[in-house]
This record gives sequence, C-alpha cells and structure tokens, in this order.
Amino acid sequence: MNRLKFWCAALLCAMSLTQALHAKEAAPVAENEAAEKRLVAISSELRCLVCQNESLAGSQAELANDLRREIRTMIEAGKSDGEIMDFMVSRYGDFVRYRPPLKGTTLLLWFGPVLLLVGGLGGLFVFLRRRTRRIDDAPLSAAEQRQAEQLLKDAGNGKAS
Amino acid sequence: MNRFLWPLVGFVVLVGFLAVGLNLNPREVPSPLIGKPAPAFALPQLGSDKTFSPQDMQGKVWLLNVWSTWCVSCRQEHPMLVEMSKNKAVTLIGLNYKEIRGDANYDIAKISPESEKGMATERANAWLRRHGDPYALSILDLDGRVGIDYGVYGVPETYVIDKAGIIRFKHIGPISPDVFSGKILPLVGELNK
Repeated sequence: MNRLKFWCAALLCAMSLTQALHAKEAAPVAENEAAEKRLVAISSELRCLVCQNESLAGSQAELANDLRREIRTMIEAGKSDGEIMDFMVSRYGDFVRYRPPLKGTTLLLWFGPVLLLVGGLGGLFVFLRRRTRRIDDAPLSAAEQRQAEQLLKDAGNGKAS
Repeated sequence: MNRFLWPLVGFVVLVGFLAVGLNLNPREVPSPLIGKPAPAFALPQLGSDKTFSPQDMQGKVWLLNVWSTWCVSCRQEHPMLVEMSKNKAVTLIGLNYKEIRGDANYDIAKISPESEKGMATERANAWLRRHGDPYALSILDLDGRVGIDYGVYGVPETYVIDKAGIIRFKHIGPISPDVFSGKILPLVGELNK
C-alpha cells in the first residue's frame, strides 16, 4: 500500500513538473491571447479566396496564411476590426465577407427569402380562400340531398342484412 | 389546363436559373480595384539593382501580369504572352509572385532573405530564357505583399492599367486568344487613343 502511495506521489510530481514546463513555454501566447482571439474572430468572418468554402481561419492555403499574418500585423499596429475589414474588402470585394453588407445590390440577397415566404403564404391564403368559397358555393339541391340520405340509409341496411 | 401549366412554367424558370448559375465561374471574383488607382509599390527589378514602381509608367497603357515559375497555368499561358508581346501596342510588366515562398518544395524558414532573392532571380531568369521573355521588365514580389494589395488570389492574373494609372480590367487565370483579341486588345487600343 505504501509503495502504491509512493508511485502515485511520484506520478503527480512528474505531471505537475511537465505542466510547469508547458506553462513556461505557453507564456508568450498567453500574452497575445486577446490578439489571437481577435484574429480568429475576424478571420472566421472572412472567406478564403483560394478554397472558397473555407473561412480564412480554417484554411491552410498559402494565401490564407499570408492574410492571417497580415491581419495579425494590423492588430499589433492597433487597427480596429472595422479598419481590418475595410482592408480586406478593398482588395477582394464584398465576396470575402461571409456576412455581406446591406446595400442596393444585396437587397435581394438579404430580403429574397422573406419575399419568398410572404409570397408563399399569400398564395396559400388565396388558395384556401378560393377552396372554401367553392365548397360553400355548391350546396346540395333538394334532390341531391334526398339521394344522399337514401344512399346512407342503404349502406346502413346493407350492413345489417 | 392552367393547373398543369403552372408547374411546367415553374420548372422552366428553375431550369433557366440553374442554366445561368451553373455556367458562371465561381472562381472569378470581381475585383473592387477596377476603376481605382493601381496600388503604389516599389519592388526590385529582376536581374538589376533598380526598382520599379507604377508611377514609372505614368502616361502609358500597360499590362501587369502576375506569374511564377511554380505556377502551372502560367506555363500554359506563356506562349500567349510571348505572342502578345510582338504587338507593339502592348507593354507587359511581369510581377513575379512569391517565387520561392510559393513553392511548396522550399521551407522559407531555412532560407535567408539574401539567398531568397538570389534563388528567385536565378529561377525566374532560367525560366524566361527557356520559354521566352515577353516582359518589358519583371519585378520580384518575394513575400507576396504587393500581391495582397492587388488582391491576387490565383496566379496568373493580368491587370490592364491606363495612362493615369487606373486599373481598367483584370483577368484571372491564363489569357486565352479569345480574351486577348476580344477584350484586352480592343481595350488597350481604346485607352491608347
């Protein structure tokens, strides 16, 4: 039992030691933690031009590396997020943004789905209204009423016999 | 009859949208730089101590062609450029883009800046000797920083810049004979008036 305790203690010591070593290595990153977080936040909003379905944060393309480095330099230079976005858009256009700005040419993009929904609901409403009216408009005549009752009665009798 | 016609109309409209949409090239991103002044830079010329900057071309219509020896499409495009350079109206300036850093065979961390420039010069010159040199001059963008300012994302790319230094046209990918005779040559002719 004592031996087990000893090994456990030794293991814990070793673990804490490696942790301490790691902590030492990680220190410079921790200093830049805020900057790195901003880098990830900004580059997640941007499209990689080379692999167009990847964000700049996730892409391993050569250009993505260069652009991330560029953004990091701008963060270090104290540029605001807006300024960095402008930098990217002025070079690659609105296409680099995953959330395109609201302006004349993107109105259809932003409101198209709402338009389709409203149109669909309108169409459904008209269709239902027209159908109810058609049902209301055609009440049974006296003869038809009699025939229907006869049929129902026959069906009842048929089952009994 | 109407009831059966409407789905057909919807189908035809959908096919129309798809026909147009699927024939667009998603890799061709319209450049916001069209109609804007060409970004300024000063880069070393290939095989010379001099630098080049766009201001040097003030008053001339010129083409900036982004190329590299590791770029396969550039190799494909090159005979077209050589053909174009025979036309006196066309002035081609080559922007050699990340000659060493863009090549996956090299680890830039192990190469000093001086030797990087030397290697790039050697490789670019050898390539131009072998395949012909269509450029009035070439410049070295070793780290691709100028490429970023020009919004380069897929080499080769070609910019047409007018006498006032405004970018008038950008072509992404290799220049085909159709693009040259149909778009670039008429535009250069018009800008030269």
